Amino acid sequence: MSIAARRARYVVKRLLQAIPIVLAIVILNFFLLQLAEGDAVDVLAGEAGSATPEYMAELRAKFGLDQPLPVQLAVYLKNVVMFDLGYSFRHEMPVSELIFDRVLATLLLMVSTILFAVGFGIVLGLIAAMGLNTWRDTAISILSLITYATPLFWVGLMLIVVFSLNLGWFPTSGMENFAMFYEGWDRVFDIAHHLVLPTITLSLFYLALYTRLMRASMLEQAGQDYVTTARAKGVTERRIMFVHVLRNALLPVVTMAGVQVGALIGGSVIVESVFAWPGLGMLAFEALFARDLNLLLGIFLLSALLVVAVNLVVDIVYSSLDPRIEVG
Amino acid sequence: MTFWALFSRNKGAVVGLGILAVITVMAATAGLFFPQDPFSLAGKPMSGPGENGFLLGSDSLGRDVAAGIAHGAKTSLLIGLLATLVAVLVGVVMGALAGYYGGWIDNLLMRVTEMFQTIPSFVFAILLVAIMKPSIESIVIAIAIVSWPAVARLVRGEFLSLRNREFVQACHTLGMSDLRIMLVEILPNCLSPVIVIGSLMVATAILIESGLAFLGLGDPNIMSWGFQVGAGRTLLRSAWWVCTFPGIAILLTVLAINLVGEGINDALNPRLRERT
Repeated sequence: MSIAARRARYVVKRLLQAIPIVLAIVILNFFLLQLAEGDAVDVLAGEAGSATPEYMAELRAKFGLDQPLPVQLAVYLKNVVMFDLGYSFRHEMPVSELIFDRVLATLLLMVSTILFAVGFGIVLGLIAAMGLNTWRDTAISILSLITYATPLFWVGLMLIVVFSLNLGWFPTSGMENFAMFYEGWDRVFDIAHHLVLPTITLSLFYLALYTRLMRASMLEQAGQDYVTTARAKGVTERRIMFVHVLRNALLPVVTMAGVQVGALIGGSVIVESVFAWPGLGMLAFEALFARDLNLLLGIFLLSALLVVAVNLVVDIVYSSLDPRIEVG
Repeated sequence: MTFWALFSRNKGAVVGLGILAVITVMAATAGLFFPQDPFSLAGKPMSGPGENGFLLGSDSLGRDVAAGIAHGAKTSLLIGLLATLVAVLVGVVMGALAGYYGGWIDNLLMRVTEMFQTIPSFVFAILLVAIMKPSIESIVIAIAIVSWPAVARLVRGEFLSLRNREFVQACHTLGMSDLRIMLVEILPNCLSPVIVIGSLMVATAILIESGLAFLGLGDPNIMSWGFQVGAGRTLLRSAWWVCTFPGIAILLTVLAINLVGEGINDALNPRLRERT
């Protein structure tokens, strides 16, 4: 079999493997909805203040809530496939519309965080590994220990105190300054300016992770036989470090960046609610306050699906980056 | 070498143990030094640290920040330990069954584990607490539900590698029951990595708990550090101390537990240490 055919088969196989997981997540979501006390009709009735039992029964019939559970599940599955995630009674909008309004802001925050955390993590890990057991290594290790233990919401608040309230360098909240009606590049700079603090906050935890991983990975690679070979050939230490070792050491860091996407979504709920960043996390925070379970479940479902998708992409990209990986 | 001799070779771990001891004492004596309800009005609102008899200041409702931190220590440690205990129990049962029996049981359990690992854990925890209504029990359950998969995978791996060893085969020949082999013969042999992962998990559990409480999902009847920070965030401009000190408490506790966890790891797996 040719390599291309093997690769295609691998991609199809990974796609098929993802289907049961996606299905299980959707079903889990459905049962969580069932577990919640009261249904949409109770919420509506509570909202209206008074509702007769007959009216509530009528509403239940209208929403299909009087059907047996398997039928409701089938309807739910069908709805999810068609991206109908229910209705948010608080916002008086379909959940899917609300989510799509906010998803871009979250993606922007996540991408900038990953770039920042992976980039700096690689650099710090490299510095630590090259100066093994020197003060630089110790300082970086202590720093990563501390950032690993810091609650994200607290870092965010402290950054606001220092850089927004005292120094006035960055805005405290939001994604852009609507009052200024910026356009074009001015708007891009404005958003980037707002992005700085949330990105740093969300990055810190992962920065620690990637730094440790990069350091360990560099040290592991430095002990491999091919390094000895290169040294015996008379390759300079610089070249060994940056050309031979670095390339191989990067691989686990790339995988980790994919694995951590789930945790990143969790972190963005916190960071977005601290900085009032108008993304999915902020939406989840608002949904919590409004007791809007439909919306919360929709966000949960979408973020779980996002993780599945990212893992899939990382696996596929990774297998083509490193030909040694078994694709059979 | 004894456990302590190996443990104390790691200086960070000893420091961590010291910090942890102080926090534990603080949690244990909270009622002694701060007999009042930490939610009660204790004096002039918005007093700075050291003012009006407040060691660490007071918030907008006149609640004593120091009292909140002392009582919050109990909450954090309690929830961290309980959630970890439940998670380790569930993880060990799942992992042991999967690793010992293999076959379709392994396949099924590992698929379930994989699904739980795919779900973004913090968002899942938020959802679970929101659905169950915030209380100590629901928070413990939610944290345990998002934490057990890591234990399950670890235990499964250990059981897989141990189940075909000679001593296990000898047990089979002796006619021991599967349950007894799993509990009495294999489990003690994989206890040290479980202890290490468990000790680190307490730190993660405390971080999750503080995040939940910060978002307003803490038990409304008990004081916690996350709640204090969450309640103080609106006062950031006028009373920085309300947010700052509880946050430092979380940081120190989590840091200390991580350090101790690493020390335990070094002590239980000394060969691993010498290699790096």
